[in-house]
Amino acid sequence: MRTLVAWAPDWPVASAGFPPDTAVAVLADRRVVAASEAARREGVRLGLRRREAESRCPGLVVLERDLAAEARAFEPVVAAVAAFCPRLAIIRPGLLALDARGPARYFGGEEALCRRIADAAPLRCGIADGHFAATLAARQGVVVQDNRTFLAPFGVEVLERPELADLLRRLGIHTLGAFADLPTASVIARFGADGARAQALARGEEDHPLRTEAPVEALARTTVFDDPVDRVDVAALAGRSLATDLAEALADRGVVCSLLRIEAETEHGESLSRLWRGGLGPDAMAERLRWQLDGWAPTAGITLLRLVAEEVVGGSQPALWGGTSAADRRAARGLDRLRGILGPDAVFTAALRGGRGPADRVVLVPWGEPRPRLQPAPWPGCHPQPAPAMVHPNPLRAEVTDADGEPVAVSARGSPSGAPERLSVDGGPWSDVVAWSGPWTSDERWWGERRRRARFQILTSDRVAHLCLLERGQWWIEATYD
Amino acid sequence: MCSLHSVGMLTVVPPLQEILPDGGLRRGSVLCLSGAIGSTSLLLALLSGATAEGSWAAVVGLPGLGVEAAAGFGVALERLVLVPYPGTVWLEAVATLIDAIDLVAIGSSGRCRPNDARRLAARVRDRGAILLVPRAWPVSPDLSLEVSAPRWSGLDAGYGTLTRRRVTVRCAGERQLWLP
Repeated sequence: MRTLVAWAPDWPVASAGFPPDTAVAVLADRRVVAASEAARREGVRLGLRRREAESRCPGLVVLERDLAAEARAFEPVVAAVAAFCPRLAIIRPGLLALDARGPARYFGGEEALCRRIADAAPLRCGIADGHFAATLAARQGVVVQDNRTFLAPFGVEVLERPELADLLRRLGIHTLGAFADLPTASVIARFGADGARAQALARGEEDHPLRTEAPVEALARTTVFDDPVDRVDVAALAGRSLATDLAEALADRGVVCSLLRIEAETEHGESLSRLWRGGLGPDAMAERLRWQLDGWAPTAGITLLRLVAEEVVGGSQPALWGGTSAADRRAARGLDRLRGILGPDAVFTAALRGGRGPADRVVLVPWGEPRPRLQPAPWPGCHPQPAPAMVHPNPLRAEVTDADGEPVAVSARGSPSGAPERLSVDGGPWSDVVAWSGPWTSDERWWGERRRRARFQILTSDRVAHLCLLERGQWWIEATYD
Repeated sequence: MCSLHSVGMLTVVPPLQEILPDGGLRRGSVLCLSGAIGSTSLLLALLSGATAEGSWAAVVGLPGLGVEAAAGFGVALERLVLVPYPGTVWLEAVATLIDAIDLVAIGSSGRCRPNDARRLAARVRDRGAILLVPRAWPVSPDLSLEVSAPRWSGLDAGYGTLTRRRVTVRCAGERQLWLP
């Protein structure tokens, strides 16, 4: 799809509002993320640490990145472009994207469209198939017809996957063209699904084919204020609960919002609407709503706030979208790398589900697969809460005897044959039972291989508490309250 | 959440705030959890405060970790990573996790040489992560928490259920703590 990306060069610096020839650098995470032209002339580059930047350019003005201020300052630029290209989406402050087909037809060609936008705002435009290529095209200000040839000379670092880029460089692959030429099967085997996605990008294929197998109706959440809200932070707070609500509703359907529409109305009847693109979780949505409200600076009180998930994409969230917070993204990158080291069946997250025993109530999901949304309901016959902290992956054999030295059994009616007095774990030394309770019985799979089980809580004299299981006359230690 | 980073600490739940000398988990430190019984619960309690605030946690080499118990302690399961069987490359796995995740806990199955332990500690300090290690750690940790003397309540002769226990946590001076 022909996409136009408009880029405001060095927006973090430009939005700070310093006079043009000042040497300014903006830092995030202790490294330079943007520098003014004057600073760059002195040798300040992206990625430098503060001290190094200051040593290359004495008198450098150093600022911490303020995303909210950048968003606020970007809003008039967006408004200027939106005046004649209404359906644009903000990717982040300083970068916006729109479908180029309609506007290009209207303004008489893609080049003409780029000129029109450049006249309206300090933006450099690029057009290509898909966001990835268009963003790179915007930096050069060109209209690209053939993605693959255009992308070939770029270095692998533009993929924004630092570990992958590092690995590729060590293998001798420095350009996107060389990466694209590798056989797909080898790339998947070596780098996994994420590597395959990266290679598709390098080949000029688009990143989000609009996967609408089953059309999901646009999900929206609205808040109407009876008393118009004057203060932005109060509105932002309400917006945060809207965002959480919406994210949960989306997660219940197993999807993530990829295009968010933020709408607001004021009591004077002004209505404002903006599209934001990106894999957005609740925190990111609330953050953008806050920036938007700051940027509009409405003249009257706000009467309505609406969040609409216009486009959604399914799948596991941080792995596909790079997460929503810096911590999520960092974790996702590290876990992808870890999966490469250990293999796909070694790294898991966990979810709770229904079941009777402590092991049944947990499902381990390999990292990279979508987490199931399961409801752990209370199950009859389930062991009591609180749950034991140590669940033995292989239950330990045990023996439990009553006062006469006979193994304790449970009758068909569920009553124990005697009070447990002594316990031996795995053929080890016997200890006295100080307290016990149970049985919690379950009769599972009566239609097939019948499993009748009884669970007991047993506390021994050495102050260790176990969850014990009796099945077919054999005692097991299923879990320990460690 | 940004404030955690600048202060250099991760939050813990209120009962543990009184036990830890800094009132929280100091980034870049190695903590040793020991005790014949109860150290797993203490581990879960330590993870719950930070994961609820948005930090990630990973547990390596502890296949018996009770996930339901973790949820009961308040650990955010969507930010809990489990590597129950890391195999022979567990050291590399832990190092990779330290780069990416704030809280990394190691089960007692991994045997570690003193040199490797020192390198992990240096990496932890560099990245500002927190490493939770089991009893048999070859290098002395920054902080040591020992659980002992559990006294259960709720269970009796033939009825009731285990509801909670009182344990003593020794951390440069003894304190008493209630655990489920």
